[in-house]
Amino acid sequence: MTSTIVPPTGPADAGLSIPEMTTDEAARLRVTQARVIRSEWLKMRTLRSSWLTLSLAVASIAGVGIVIAWSTANDWNNMRPREKAHFNPLADPLAGFNLAQLAIGVLGVLLVAGEYSTGMIRASLGAVPKRLPVLWAKLGVFTTITLVTMLPTAVITFFISQRLLSSRHIQTTWSTPTVARTVIGIGLYLTVAAALGIALGAILRNVAGAIAALVGVLLVVPVVASALPQTWGDRINKWLPSNAGQALLSVSSDNTTLSPWRGFAVFCGYAVLALTAAAILLKRRDA
Amino acid sequence: MIDARGLVKEYGAKLAVDDLSFQVQPGIVTGFLGPNGAGKSTTMRMIIGLDAPTNGTVTVNGKAYGAHTAPLHEVGALLEARSVHTGRSARNHLLALAATTGVGTRRVDQLLDLVGLTDVASKRVGGFSLGMGQRLGIAAALLGDPATLILDEPVNGLDPEGIVWIRNLLKALAREGRTVLVSSHLMSEMALTADHLIVIGRGRLIADVSVAEFTHRASSDLVHLRSPESERLRTLLVGPGVHVTSLSADRLEVLGMLSDRIGDIAAAHSIALHELVPQQASLEQAFMELTRDSLEYQSTTKAPS
Ligand SMILES: Nc1ncnc2c1ncn2[C@@H]1O[C@H](COP(=O)(O)OP(=O)(O)OP(=O)(O)O)[C@@H](O)[C@H]1O
Ligand SMILES: [Mg+2]
Repeated sequence: MTSTIVPPTGPADAGLSIPEMTTDEAARLRVTQARVIRSEWLKMRTLRSSWLTLSLAVASIAGVGIVIAWSTANDWNNMRPREKAHFNPLADPLAGFNLAQLAIGVLGVLLVAGEYSTGMIRASLGAVPKRLPVLWAKLGVFTTITLVTMLPTAVITFFISQRLLSSRHIQTTWSTPTVARTVIGIGLYLTVAAALGIALGAILRNVAGAIAALVGVLLVVPVVASALPQTWGDRINKWLPSNAGQALLSVSSDNTTLSPWRGFAVFCGYAVLALTAAAILLKRRDA
Repeated sequence: MIDARGLVKEYGAKLAVDDLSFQVQPGIVTGFLGPNGAGKSTTMRMIIGLDAPTNGTVTVNGKAYGAHTAPLHEVGALLEARSVHTGRSARNHLLALAATTGVGTRRVDQLLDLVGLTDVASKRVGGFSLGMGQRLGIAAALLGDPATLILDEPVNGLDPEGIVWIRNLLKALAREGRTVLVSSHLMSEMALTADHLIVIGRGRLIADVSVAEFTHRASSDLVHLRSPESERLRTLLVGPGVHVTSLSADRLEVLGMLSDRIGDIAAAHSIALHELVPQQASLEQAFMELTRDSLEYQSTTKAPS
């Protein structure tokens, strides 16, 4: 959308009165990590793209969950036994996280690389020349937002979908083993995906490039790797970032997946690695 | 005060700034001049730590910019390239920068008022004109009530009224005791605004002079005159260090003698003078003269074939 703006009627021509700052006010000026966090929170919530992408992530999880649970419940009596055996009342309605991880990752990319594409980064780093506080603030703000939005979304979607499935008595319950871990795991997995998006945005400093890298790492590499001969694939694939992270969401585990928490730790390890690279590059490169 | 010592900046094989040393004093407006690609913007980015010098140091009030606890209170900068997210409103942009250092909302609104953007404060910056963008940049530069201001071609995109406004603003800021460094290509604009000049070319220092001195240097002792007895006058004027050229039957060009003296000589010999005009090389000419050898991107005029 483009909006035309009527030019302003010039600065007040009644002489120049440059606003004064009292010595008291001036004495309180200093950059702190808490202030940079406040600034980044303000930055994030004042961009339309943030709300759009975040809504998209919520809608993917909730939308997919409701549609799958509702259609399965409706169709249950017409479904073939093999289909019925294949249906997983926990994992299937939560499949929307696959889309959500892209939305979240892309928003992470935008929060950093978007500043490079517009030039805002020069203002940001000019105000905070130590630079790293900006990266940590973006990371802190965005992972927190992701966790507090995605975790409840996953939990609520779980309960709504089970409610829908209960009409056919095919639901599962919160107290069933692995259920709580899986549902909470979606919130945790997406939080790490958020961190990965931030890191890729900071490393590549280019929106398109960083999004491509994100899609590559999370979606394409596992698909390509699945074409490896099985003896290799079984040993390598489970260590790939998204496969490792999704071990936390897997209902059953065998030797082709890592154990849930071990896999999640590996996923976090990748994020830490990427963030370290991002921090070093942010400190070193010209803005 | 800004103190640059032996600044060098290389971009790959390109030497953008080459052993540049200068000081910018508080209380006056210092013009930073040089042809395209001279290294002005690069130098300014190095002052606020956006680009790291390949060699040398630059300090602001005794410390590297990044070592100050409240950098925005030390230096306010308007950069050449736009440094604002197009998707955010003007007011939110300023609030976000203000938040990093603890500058209040009230000051943000006062500054929006100062630069004349109050009416469009809640509009997305993406829709702003070049001049409005410059005004927003100036408000951002003033956020921390900085002791030093660095403005890279601030008049860029401003209308005539805006140009006069910024000229007065810069002078007022300097009068308050601040250090003001402002870059420009326009010598004539700087002559009206600045008190001191730092001229660079190809990344090297060419001149570090007061505007008064520069203007004085620029005015040569070249005089045009018209007289019915130009031939007689000519023989009276020529001498060591004085060159006289006939421009036409009654016109002479005299180099090397001030017009007062020419008038006196003419009067002493009862020679009528119809015109006596000292020629002042324009500041623009003087500037071009000074930087001719260091032009990065020289235009060549080619006849169409
Ligand atoms: N990021 C960069 N990468 C490579 N070269 C650069 C970079 N920034 C500047 N340069 C080069 O350094 C030289 C100095 O550029 P700079 O922008 O500092 O000049 P300037 O004096 O500001 O010019 P202008 O009057 O056109 O704004 C130019 O030759 C430019 O091409
Ligand atoms: Mg420039």
